[in-house]
Amino acid sequence: MITLRVNGSTFDTDSDPETPLLYVLRNEMELNGAKFGCGLGQCGSCTVLADNRPIFSCLTPIAMLSEREITTLEGLGSIDDPGPVQRAFIEEQAAQCGYCIPGMIMRAHALLLQNSAPDEAAIREALEPSLCRCGTHLRILRAVHRASDGFQEQTSAAGESTQ
Amino acid sequence: MNALGQLKFPRRSLLKGGGALVLYFAISPARVLLAQEGAPTAAPSAELPGSLSEYPFLDAWIRIDSDDTITVFTGKAELGQGIRTALTQVAAEQLKVDFPRIKLLTADTAQTPNEGYTAASHSMEKSGTAILHAAAYLRRTIIGLAAEELGVAADNLKVEDGIVVSSAGERRSYGQLVSGRSLHVTVNDQSEFFAPDSYTVMGQSVPRVDIPGKLTGKPSYVHDLRLGGMVHARIVRPPRRGARLAKLDTSEVDRMPGVLRVVRDSNYLGVIAEGEFQAIKAMQALQAAAQWEGGTSLPSDTDIYGHLMQLPADISVINGPQTPQSPPEGAKIVEATYTRPYQMHGSIGPSCAVGLFQNDQLTIWSHTQGVYPDRAAIAEMTGMDEQSVHLIHMEGAGCYGHNGADDAAADAALLARALPDRPVRIQWMRDHEHQWEPYGSAMIVRAKGSVSGTGDISSWNYEVWSNPHTTRPGPAGNLLPAQLISGAFKPEAPTNIPQPAGGADRNAVPEYRIPNARVVEHFIAEMPLRTSALRSLGAYMNVFALESFVDELALAAGVDPVEFRLARLEDPRARHVVTTVADAFDWTGWKREPGRGRGFAYARYKNLAAYCAVAIDLDVDRATGRIKLGSAVAACDSGQAVNPDGIRNQIEGGLVQSASWTLFEQVHFNADGVQSVDWAGYPIMRFPSVPAAVEVHVVDRPGEPFLGTGEASQGPAAAAIANAVADAIGARIRDLPLLPERVRTAMRG
Amino acid sequence: MKVLYGIAVALLVLAAAAVAYAVSPRAIEAVKRPDPQSFDGATVAHGERLALIGNCAECHTAEQGEAYAGGRAIPTPFGTIYATNITPDPETGIGTWSREAFRRSMYEGLDREGEHLYPAFPYHHFTKVLPEDIDALYAYLMTREPVRNEAPANELRFPFNLRPLLAGWKLLYLDNGRFAGLADADEKVNRGAYLVQGLAHCGGCHTPRNALQAEKKDEFLQGEVTENWYAPAISGDVPAAVKWSENQLADYLTGRWVEQHGVALGAMAPVAHNLSRVTDEDVVAISAYIASLMEDDTAETDAEITGAVGERPDSGDVGAVIYAGACAVCHDASPSPFAAGLPLAFSTSLRIPTPLNLIQIIENGVKPPEGQPGRYMPGFAGALTDEQLVALASYLRGRFTGRDPWADIDSVVKATATEGSAGAEISNAE
Ligand code: FES
Ligand code: FES
Repeated sequence: MITLRVNGSTFDTDSDPETPLLYVLRNEMELNGAKFGCGLGQCGSCTVLADNRPIFSCLTPIAMLSEREITTLEGLGSIDDPGPVQRAFIEEQAAQCGYCIPGMIMRAHALLLQNSAPDEAAIREALEPSLCRCGTHLRILRAVHRASDGFQEQTSAAGESTQ
Repeated sequence: MNALGQLKFPRRSLLKGGGALVLYFAISPARVLLAQEGAPTAAPSAELPGSLSEYPFLDAWIRIDSDDTITVFTGKAELGQGIRTALTQVAAEQLKVDFPRIKLLTADTAQTPNEGYTAASHSMEKSGTAILHAAAYLRRTIIGLAAEELGVAADNLKVEDGIVVSSAGERRSYGQLVSGRSLHVTVNDQSEFFAPDSYTVMGQSVPRVDIPGKLTGKPSYVHDLRLGGMVHARIVRPPRRGARLAKLDTSEVDRMPGVLRVVRDSNYLGVIAEGEFQAIKAMQALQAAAQWEGGTSLPSDTDIYGHLMQLPADISVINGPQTPQSPPEGAKIVEATYTRPYQMHGSIGPSCAVGLFQNDQLTIWSHTQGVYPDRAAIAEMTGMDEQSVHLIHMEGAGCYGHNGADDAAADAALLARALPDRPVRIQWMRDHEHQWEPYGSAMIVRAKGSVSGTGDISSWNYEVWSNPHTTRPGPAGNLLPAQLISGAFKPEAPTNIPQPAGGADRNAVPEYRIPNARVVEHFIAEMPLRTSALRSLGAYMNVFALESFVDELALAAGVDPVEFRLARLEDPRARHVVTTVADAFDWTGWKREPGRGRGFAYARYKNLAAYCAVAIDLDVDRATGRIKLGSAVAACDSGQAVNPDGIRNQIEGGLVQSASWTLFEQVHFNADGVQSVDWAGYPIMRFPSVPAAVEVHVVDRPGEPFLGTGEASQGPAAAAIANAVADAIGARIRDLPLLPERVRTAMRG
Repeated sequence: MKVLYGIAVALLVLAAAAVAYAVSPRAIEAVKRPDPQSFDGATVAHGERLALIGNCAECHTAEQGEAYAGGRAIPTPFGTIYATNITPDPETGIGTWSREAFRRSMYEGLDREGEHLYPAFPYHHFTKVLPEDIDALYAYLMTREPVRNEAPANELRFPFNLRPLLAGWKLLYLDNGRFAGLADADEKVNRGAYLVQGLAHCGGCHTPRNALQAEKKDEFLQGEVTENWYAPAISGDVPAAVKWSENQLADYLTGRWVEQHGVALGAMAPVAHNLSRVTDEDVVAISAYIASLMEDDTAETDAEITGAVGERPDSGDVGAVIYAGACAVCHDASPSPFAAGLPLAFSTSLRIPTPLNLIQIIENGVKPPEGQPGRYMPGFAGALTDEQLVALASYLRGRFTGRDPWADIDSVVKATATEGSAGAEISNAE
């Protein structure tokens, strides 16, 4: 049995240790955020965070993850209380079919944790592993810029309150 | 008042006093029968607008329960184009109820009208128009009922969020008013609707209803459907078309953990397991165990155009004189051949479906674009009668046409029948989608034209060669799995879509004032690779070729390309999008720099849907030949704009998608079969190559009919990019995609 | 060690100062940029091929920058050197350089004004190049579009920031003799040797260097670390599972996938990409010469290659589980020819003395240039902990080569794991 820590809770699974995390998230934990797109690490639909770094859950056996903190789309917020990146994506209406967007949001979130004020080139580079077929890219970029403004406000507000 | 009196709904004796239409409608098949099969009171009328012509009855479109729940039905499906939101806006506006109150039910063979396929950018034109008229008609009728019940003139009544209020302050809700009445009446096409300038919901960029759930992990796609006891299936396809499964020893696979059933029927092969990863491992083992033989070998992708042009073709002159025009003496002649390779839909989520076979009933949840046609095909394939097959649409990843959805639904049918009483989920792997989806057709265009000394286009000969652009089911034989099972069904002989919409020849006829423009179509039914509808069909290639050629003629005439177009465009709405883009782009003030170019293109989709113009600038790296897209400006006139942000999203998305087709995309194949079976073999645009900016201007035409928009920008985007590349390097590339080595070759001259 | 090194440097500084004093090079007069029309087309085209063989654009182009406009940072043990702008811009490029000035820079490592150039610019190889080839290169560069771009100033530690000291370096290591030809070699191999030793400057990466960054002549092409990649030995005992054929080398050098060897990665990728655009004869010549340098008994036995000699770790091994869940889908049973990874029993990266390349590949993946079909491997940076990376790398080496674990694996993992970059671009001519 392997114990995973996902979105702050623990989850025990009897699946084979080599089973990629994606299938445990979707079928055992009933989380929808991570999507199957290619199973080859080429599209980023399955992206979740391990210790705040983006990983392809389709290629990450659960055996690798027992010591890690996993965050999925569901861990960033809910429909009633979306997280800052989710909110920015909703405000920009950054989705067409929306299938790729969870992966985009996870990558954007990881980027903003490292760099709350990324420039356009840094955003494009961070999102490069994720594919979007609907051509929503420009809205996604705007959403990440918007989320970054939110992140910065948070940071500067936190800065002011400590003064 | 008399008129209103006539519109009064009949009391339904069946439910008299019960007041609950909801009870009545809860029995779905009856609802379908009543709402769709027609009744003696009215025959479908071709006069009625949109899909009302086929479903003239009000209750096919709208249901109001006595508890005031309002349900609107559409046979169209949400494909990520935002149709759910736009249709709800139309209904809310015309019914005068608040937007969130409306429940919209989409494509479901037990619930909604049969609106065929959600395709060809028809959703707003067809379903939107039907709902517009049905809702306006219903509101007017309800006011009539209220007037009667309250004994006041209709003019003294107003509506507030689904409640009719008299000047005396008396209130009746819609639910109260229609309670116990049948809505099974013909929608009178005389129905008036509100004056566009009073609209509060239509015309607004209402946020999409599906986005928050999708972005926070709510189950939103058929991929997310989890039914009790559900099991997982994977398929193993032949390595090539026509290959036979010669030998298979399943003993090892049968013993693998979690495996429930290996499903084999002639050349059809799949496996069902308890767990998804178990199914994948079993699939891999099955693949290794299966021995295939034979099959059709493919020509090579390098000489596909020559190959296609040798195949038998149906030739028709679709515009202009029967014989080619010769250029007049002294005219400048331009000749060009353009090519487009096979390209794919490439949905980010491979096709998926869930099937359940229980008590001789088959239920399938699918992201098909057409629940009714798919039901018919699946019924034929399984030998079941249609009434025993229930198709429910659930969203998938964007499909952009006929991808693997219908085939996956057929897989679900076969697999579910092999394991009755348990829901079976089939998820295609990436290579299944890439290898087996029907591609967008390869095409060739030969154009020969001339400009006279005065700059007039003095001759125009345009010929297009293409494989079919629609092979949807249709008959069972158009479903891939049906071709593999014993008693294999044969695909039907493909036909072209006739003008004016056209398939292979969509947008092949120039809209410009060109005397005797001759347009010929060579329809090649024999497909080396299976092809079908890919977003915008032949229009992508025809607009690319036609608008490239217009630029080539403009260059020969020495006239600015925008001026050259305007001089030949008569439709004021066409002229308007052209000038809007030219102004916003600052076409005349644009600054030229080495290695940089700008391009312009225009088309009205299908020559009868939305108008769209695009301008773009870009840089070409002279050393590598790589193209770096700059800023694009587009303008779109879709008639009455229901949701401007939705239109913007479609135009922008279509433009970026087309940029990816145009710069990168090509299905690679050789004698062994298709090689492009993943994103490494079929690369599409990634973030670093996305244009720097895209600005979309929505031209609103209040009161004008809705014009399909989802496929309006692909053609113009491709041509604008090609024209900009030609401008940057001073040489023309006529073969898609515009690969770096083609740029380098063109620069060498 | 440190002390000795310090003394050596000090001595060198003194020696060089003396030399520099004795010979201070003159400036060559600025000229007006020659009219591009004055060069003949064939010479320019020849120059373009030579520039590709010399891989000039790779160093002289900044990321996202214009070709040949300079500005790329080149890390050295002594600090960062920025490549110069070699477009014919008169102010920031070489627009005012005469043919003579250009030749002198290539042969003597001096700019037009007589300043010494750092040997990151490999003039110690270019001395081998024939003057007519240098002139063709000049013709090619002078017919490019001038680009205004000032390269940043070098950031070098004292005393390496003192250019006159380079006179001393040159005294020690610069051998200004043209390529003399090989005895007992046919024309093809001779041509290859001319290119490899000269313009292509393969030794710049593949030959071990001494403390002053000079190539060790007696260890020609024996393998060295450059910019975080190990350029393996390509002469003598070569760390490949099976011997390279000339044809395989030619394919590899032009960016193609080679069964049993793989594809050019890392710093080699741009080289291969460039070579895919030059004439076949030159690539064939280079391949023939390199093949002639490789020892015949390189090949391992079949048993060794299939991994049979390696103790197969038991399945409780973390590395084995990771391989099964993350790697096997592409390396054992790929659904796609483009996702298919090299069967690892053939991997050179598992056979070189350092895990550097393996770690780079696992962390950053393999990517063809954007929009081009090609072999693709996702990067696993962030997915693996350092311990898991060590476990995986050790497992792979043991399982597929049967060799002893790398001694320095922990430190290499620590050093590279923190970096994380966008992926090792590969060249691709498939
Ligand atoms: S599904 Fe994991 S990267 Fe595509
Ligand atoms: S929104 Fe559909 S794939 Fe990105």
